[in-house]
Amino acid sequence: METNYAVEMKNVTKTFGSTVANNNVSLTIKKGEILSLLGENGSGKTTIMNMLAGIYFPDSGQIYINGKEESIRSPKDAYDLGIGMIHQHFKLVDIFSATENVILGQEGKERLNKKAVAARIREICDKYGFDVDPDKKVYNMSVSEKQTLEIVKVIYRGADILILDEPTAVLTPQETEKLFTVIRNMRAAGKAIVIITHKLHEVLSISDRVTILRKGEYVGTVDTKDANEMILTEMMVGKKVELNIDRKEPENTVKRLEVKNLSCYNKEGRLALDNISFTANAGEILGIAGISGCGEKELLESIAGLQKTARGSVIFNDPESGQEIELIGKNPKAIKNLGIALSFVPEDRLGMGLVGSMGMIENMMLRDYNKEGVIFLNKSKPKQVAEAIKEELGVVTPSINTPVSRLSGGNVQKVLVGREISSAPAVLMTAYAVRGLDINTSYSIYNLLNKQKENGVAVLYVGEDLDVLLALCDRILVLCGGKMSGIVDARTTTKEEVGLMMTSIRKGDTKDE
Amino acid sequence: MSKAAAVREPFIRITKRDKMPIWKKIIIYVVAIILALAVSALFIFFVTKLNPIDVYKTMWQGAFGGITDTVKKLHRSVTIRDICTLLLLGVALAPAFKMKFWNCGAEGQMLMGGVATAFMMINLADAGLPNWLLLVIMCVSAVIFGAVWGLIPAIFKAVWNTNETLFTLMMNYVAIQITSFCVAKWENPYGSNSVGIINQATQVGWFPTWFGQKYVLNIIIAIIATVAMFIYLKKTKQGYEIAVVGESKNTAKYAGISVKKVIIRTMIISGAVCGLAGFVGVAGVDHTISTSTAGGRGFTAIIVAWLAKFNTFFMVAITLLIIFLNRGASEIASKFALNEYASNIITGIILFFILGCEFFITYKMNFRKSAKEA
Amino acid sequence: MDSVISLIQAAVVFGTVIMFGCIGEIMSEKAGNLNLGVPGIMYIGAIASLASVFMYESHVAEPNKAVCVIIALVSCFAASALAGLIYSFLTITLRANQNVTGLTLTIFGSGIANFFGGSLNKMAGGVGQISVANTSEAFRARIPGLSSLGAFGKIFFSYGFMVYVAIILAILVNYFLKRTRKGLNLRAVGENPATADAAGVNVTKYKYFATVIGAGISGLGGVYYVMDYIKGTWANDGTIEKLGWLAVALVIFATWKSVNAIWGAYLFGILYWAYFYIPNLTRASQELFKMIPYVVTIIVLLFVSLRKKKENQAPAHLGLSYFREER
Repeated sequence: METNYAVEMKNVTKTFGSTVANNNVSLTIKKGEILSLLGENGSGKTTIMNMLAGIYFPDSGQIYINGKEESIRSPKDAYDLGIGMIHQHFKLVDIFSATENVILGQEGKERLNKKAVAARIREICDKYGFDVDPDKKVYNMSVSEKQTLEIVKVIYRGADILILDEPTAVLTPQETEKLFTVIRNMRAAGKAIVIITHKLHEVLSISDRVTILRKGEYVGTVDTKDANEMILTEMMVGKKVELNIDRKEPENTVKRLEVKNLSCYNKEGRLALDNISFTANAGEILGIAGISGCGEKELLESIAGLQKTARGSVIFNDPESGQEIELIGKNPKAIKNLGIALSFVPEDRLGMGLVGSMGMIENMMLRDYNKEGVIFLNKSKPKQVAEAIKEELGVVTPSINTPVSRLSGGNVQKVLVGREISSAPAVLMTAYAVRGLDINTSYSIYNLLNKQKENGVAVLYVGEDLDVLLALCDRILVLCGGKMSGIVDARTTTKEEVGLMMTSIRKGDTKDE
Repeated sequence: MSKAAAVREPFIRITKRDKMPIWKKIIIYVVAIILALAVSALFIFFVTKLNPIDVYKTMWQGAFGGITDTVKKLHRSVTIRDICTLLLLGVALAPAFKMKFWNCGAEGQMLMGGVATAFMMINLADAGLPNWLLLVIMCVSAVIFGAVWGLIPAIFKAVWNTNETLFTLMMNYVAIQITSFCVAKWENPYGSNSVGIINQATQVGWFPTWFGQKYVLNIIIAIIATVAMFIYLKKTKQGYEIAVVGESKNTAKYAGISVKKVIIRTMIISGAVCGLAGFVGVAGVDHTISTSTAGGRGFTAIIVAWLAKFNTFFMVAITLLIIFLNRGASEIASKFALNEYASNIITGIILFFILGCEFFITYKMNFRKSAKEA
Repeated sequence: MDSVISLIQAAVVFGTVIMFGCIGEIMSEKAGNLNLGVPGIMYIGAIASLASVFMYESHVAEPNKAVCVIIALVSCFAASALAGLIYSFLTITLRANQNVTGLTLTIFGSGIANFFGGSLNKMAGGVGQISVANTSEAFRARIPGLSSLGAFGKIFFSYGFMVYVAIILAILVNYFLKRTRKGLNLRAVGENPATADAAGVNVTKYKYFATVIGAGISGLGGVYYVMDYIKGTWANDGTIEKLGWLAVALVIFATWKSVNAIWGAYLFGILYWAYFYIPNLTRASQELFKMIPYVVTIIVLLFVSLRKKKENQAPAHLGLSYFREER
């Protein structure tokens, strides 16, 4: 049967334990079109596409490929049907070369002919303007090289239905534009392409149609030509978003943290921070903007005493004694022992900030279990703190003893932020504090941060959403490839300015102090 | 594949369970053990043509019963003695495993403890020390030797992240050769290639007989170690640190815990308790030293610690099961003229079933709904 | 000179036992399964071949040597692979912990082997009485003419055929893992099963295949041990277990490359027997010498972890089970 639809998914439902990831979702993908799958984090975009790629199997519902009902039990089935997915977390074998990764899982003559494959890879690269060295080992590749390799892999396999899961998250604007050119070329060749994203401007610039999911449910599909940011946002979040964050003018700002000429190397031995200098003031929120991997992680971890630094200093001005204390060269314990209340909400919540298998009470102890008692743990105070946080922040959990890994992402974050605020910090650092959270939880986090600012805390906010950075912060430090592009006033700057600074260094143009 | 089959969902799909009530877990374990005993019974019947029920009865007799009261007493005290040693080793592994440090070196750590004990027993036999003091010296030296044997792989793990499973495994064999060396040095009588019973006449350095029982001290040490380790892991700051390091090293660093220090400290404790087991094995049970002083129990203890999910009280139950099988098997070996390695076979079968049944606790199987095929 | 030659000969014979164990374990570990049941598997392989050959030899008036060899090899491989299947089912399908399952398999295997070994001895008339002379002879047969070529012949040709089988197997496994499509897929399963899965590799199938075939190969170490090393007899002395652990050690020593296992195995053999050829050692210090292979393995382990060269490390997913729908 001839059909215009490459993919039809009908009434697909998928649950994980008690969480419903997709509820009765139906969508279609036409041949020769680019479909954007839009939704907030956690709206089930990736899950529904994983079912198309054979990673998950639906609990119920049907999938039609080219008009025929199919059962996709494994990625291999998906490949046989011409479906290729480029995952957000790259599916590459580190110690293999590019060629070996491309051959992996493919059928053909038993004896490997790497030379022929490498030649074919070069051919594909030439055709689309990619740059991949077939012999390079993946562990030597940069993020964008890895993504390029992923795309080459799928093209090599001759997929007709391509799914790209947030492909631009790790790319520079130039690389993104290049990617979009390739995608348009593939559309011209009649392929069906799905882009999973939550970036509206990308949706509008690349796609033909947009399908929107919200909280695991199908909301609707619109033609891009009839859509604008307003309409899409409304469909995505369900109601009109109050974009105004209640930002007060900073009062009584004093120097709290002084970073001078800070440099450090990452695990791979590359320069991750290059000569960073700035001041964070008490009573203000300093935003930190940059493409992920620009050194934001290393910056916060250097201040927290978790990252070995090569040069520079971090001076903490003690609000009580007025003393200046050097933090570099001290580990978290030493910093704490000096009586410095430095709170840190790391990006990796369950892998760094919290212990997933422990309940709220035991997680409350994580930062100061050592404070009281000699040998034995004191659980009475952490219990009070846990109960207070559950009450005040509205953490949804069966009990304060339930392992936090069983809580939803938003509640996990509330537990973490709640704990870090409960210690009455002088400095509060947050990395991607609202990633994966729904709008309401995000706003409650913004409010918490603003309250801390009003209490005279120096807040450092690393974020990815420029709108939020502009609305929440007082000043924004922009990083680009480990270097400082500058510091801008959040009230007067524009998204375009920050966006430009994130991708290119403006020499001799730092507006600090 | 036919067209009809192509649109079917897989016959069985596996998903993770949220949580299972404790009574269901117990039922699963009991069913697994019963199935294992049934399989073992089939095996016994086909190989030996003996009635499996008789065989199991005999096993029970061997572990807990006996025809006369004396035999019964003997059986029970031997069973309890063996439980004590294995339990100590399981308890020793608990903190290491909780930290996700796969200490497969209990065998060697126990042997080193045993070697130290025997050394003191032999060399201080004529020193005229009071027996309690000698026991204390033996105990301390055993604990130190065991701790050192645990410390070595820990240092390399902490500093260079050297694979501890393989390192501790190799350390076992180094310890076995050291034991062989010592046995050759201390052999008595000359040429026997064994140390013989140390201080047989004087019983210097032996555990005392209290209330007419030889193994009171064994029991006391085992109980203290079990309870103390339970408290250590659940209630103390160091136990908390172990749990955090086991969950995520990054979290530990974030919390200001020195991962290296915790790894090293925990392995000292783990090795020390293994050394203590060596002390109990030599001074309280064998009164000699040989390469079979540990007798593979260091490996069995890994299974005990794992199945008990590092809870020292569950270890008592699992140790009981394993020792019952061992004792029972050696009884059937003598009664039915079988070979006592039969116990290894039955132990293996039961452990296979217990390991397998845990799948049904963690995962749920979803069978294809037949209605969908239409 | 003579003693050097006889040391080399002893080392080759010794090395062949652990080389089989090691090659099989490399297959298994490359697919991400750390099978600590190798000693048990070698036990099972040994007793299966011994028992079936014993049955054959005692029921046939004039046993055919070729048949003996075939029976020994087939029964050994089948029984070992079956043991590997038990391990695979528990760790791959039921996702039980690999270390614990492997150790249990070692307990089980030593139980089976020593139980039946003891019974066979009893059937044959007492401890150490069992003997399958015919088969053992076939296993130990030299290539006529070549072994008499002086020192050269003694060093290279004075062995039974299994010595050469082991070397060929090591090279074949190396070729398979490095140069073939299936080998590439198998390595990917051990490095990153999620990636292999997404690329359309059937992870479960590959893991089963590698572990079961690997177990079969490891088991051949057992048959070589009973038929050649101890000349077709049986003793419940735990030697196989010791050799099995050395095979596991050799995997590390060879940095997961089966061609390295060839010289590594012989080096282990030399280290193991060196004490025998060093004059004036007391029995006590001989025991210390026997420690060397383990110490050397530890040193290699340290060296590998210090150098951090990616290609020399254990497969990244070694010891972990894979569940596709993990979230």
